[in-house]
Amino acid sequence: MAITLSGDQSIPAPPLSSRLTPAQVWGIVLLAPYLLVFLAFVVYPVCYGLWLARAPSNYVALYNDPIFARAAVNTLIFLVIGINIKMLIALFLSGFFAQQRTWIRWLSVIFILPWAVPSIPTILSVRFMLNPEWGMINHLIFSLTGDDGPNWLNDPTVALSMAIAVHIWKSLPFWTLILITGRLAISHDLFEAAEVDGASWWQKFRFITWPSMQTLYITCTLLSMIWTLGDFNSVYLLTGGGPADLTHVLSTLGIRYLRLDQLSLAMASIVCAMPFVLPLVYFMMKRLSR
Amino acid sequence: MKLPGVSEFSWRDVATEARLLLIGIPVLLWTMIPIYHMFLFAISPKEDAFSGKLWPDHPTLHNFEIVFKQQHYFLRDFYVQFWNSVVIAAAVGALTLVIATAAAFAISRLKVPGGRMVLNLALFTYFIPAAFLAVPMYRTMGNYGLLNNHWSLILAMVTIASPYAIWVLKQASDKLPVELDEAAVMDGATTLQIFRLVYLPLMMPSLVAIGTYAVLLAWNEYLYAFLLLSNDQEITLPVALGNFLAADDSPWELLMTTGFIYALPPAAVYYAFRRYMVGGLTAGAVKS
Repeated sequence: MAITLSGDQSIPAPPLSSRLTPAQVWGIVLLAPYLLVFLAFVVYPVCYGLWLARAPSNYVALYNDPIFARAAVNTLIFLVIGINIKMLIALFLSGFFAQQRTWIRWLSVIFILPWAVPSIPTILSVRFMLNPEWGMINHLIFSLTGDDGPNWLNDPTVALSMAIAVHIWKSLPFWTLILITGRLAISHDLFEAAEVDGASWWQKFRFITWPSMQTLYITCTLLSMIWTLGDFNSVYLLTGGGPADLTHVLSTLGIRYLRLDQLSLAMASIVCAMPFVLPLVYFMMKRLSR
Repeated sequence: MKLPGVSEFSWRDVATEARLLLIGIPVLLWTMIPIYHMFLFAISPKEDAFSGKLWPDHPTLHNFEIVFKQQHYFLRDFYVQFWNSVVIAAAVGALTLVIATAAAFAISRLKVPGGRMVLNLALFTYFIPAAFLAVPMYRTMGNYGLLNNHWSLILAMVTIASPYAIWVLKQASDKLPVELDEAAVMDGATTLQIFRLVYLPLMMPSLVAIGTYAVLLAWNEYLYAFLLLSNDQEITLPVALGNFLAADDSPWELLMTTGFIYALPPAAVYYAFRRYMVGGLTAGAVKS
């Protein structure tokens, strides 16, 4: 490489080592381990996966697989309904947990548990609770009404709703925590001034809380969308994709193809989600790396 | 007349408190029921567990005895699998800390050329849905000959934990004043001395938060563990729990007991380091 001066004169660039300060050389050395991990376990797998999914026949096969269409619709339902319910509850609860009460502080300590404990035993616990014959929920329904409760996981619509509920159970604490942080950052003077003016709680929310938290709320919703796409546990551990493969979402479907040794189909099903994921990723990166 | 020290009774306060309780009680129930149900199974004999009672007639620790004495064929390798989980979580925590701290120091303090780009690449990984990366990662580990080897899971989890770790640590490093580094350079400190003697001690709270985060992530991971490990002697506890379901008559009371034992360490670790976690992690997650 050469540094070009005005005109066509050029002088050779000094060798790399003399352009870098010793600190920068150390910087490169210290950065190298992460770069190696990134190359070996992100770049290579992603490129290899895309290469495997390159044949158009994969996409024809997916198009003809009714399970794929169903999984795509389920994923959309999961995202649109699940995330909005979750984020609205998180927004509401962030106001509740921001109240200064000793018992509310204790409750917030307990509230974080679903996020801290592992998925597998807790989701399997829910799965047993929903068992139509032995589960706690249908026992309760029977003792209260004398009727048998529904067969929760046997109807795909109900089963998918339950998977969404499990997803909300698991990830609600994290988002509530983030929104509490956002809420506590709002200046208290604003609320006091509003109270002097006799504002109702709705007016306070509408004109103070929401404008201050709007950007944070939207960022969280988008980030939550990306992570929900990667949520395998809620569906797999609760329904296993059943009944009759009708509750799959894209993440469990990819793994299903993988387990059936159809790796190129697995990759192709993920590639299908990319036009949706990449704009989200791009937006998030722009927003965070400002 | 108002007595000193006794707050005035007000119907308005009672109404507010009642409204808050109306939210608080459902929140408590919603949060605790699946966990309580797991605990209930763990202390119930089989008959009670399947009867749908809210409290067993004869609570017992017998299930724990069966698990700890490995008296069921699903539990043959309980201690080995528990140990696998411990080793893998510890290795992921340590390796993530080393890699991410080095990278954050290089990007934030040494201003290494291209550092900004590396940070963006890391963020990009952070935003790949975990289950999507699992598919090509599985095949890659096969190509590297690492399947069924603990290193495959350790490296996969480090790959997943590092981007967030670098991001949070970089945010925290940026807050440290540059003057500290400059003063150390004046005193003749080498880069490594600055790293060891100035940087690391100041970063301790964030390092604790990130270490805890990586350990919990690895301990709680199911999908990658289930894909990458399959041999009974090599699998971690969550995979073993998943395998309980293979039988038609799964011993649910033992499954829930083992699950309860498995869920205790992360809950304990979380509460021990809560102070660091909440501050360290939420600060990085949301830059508003």
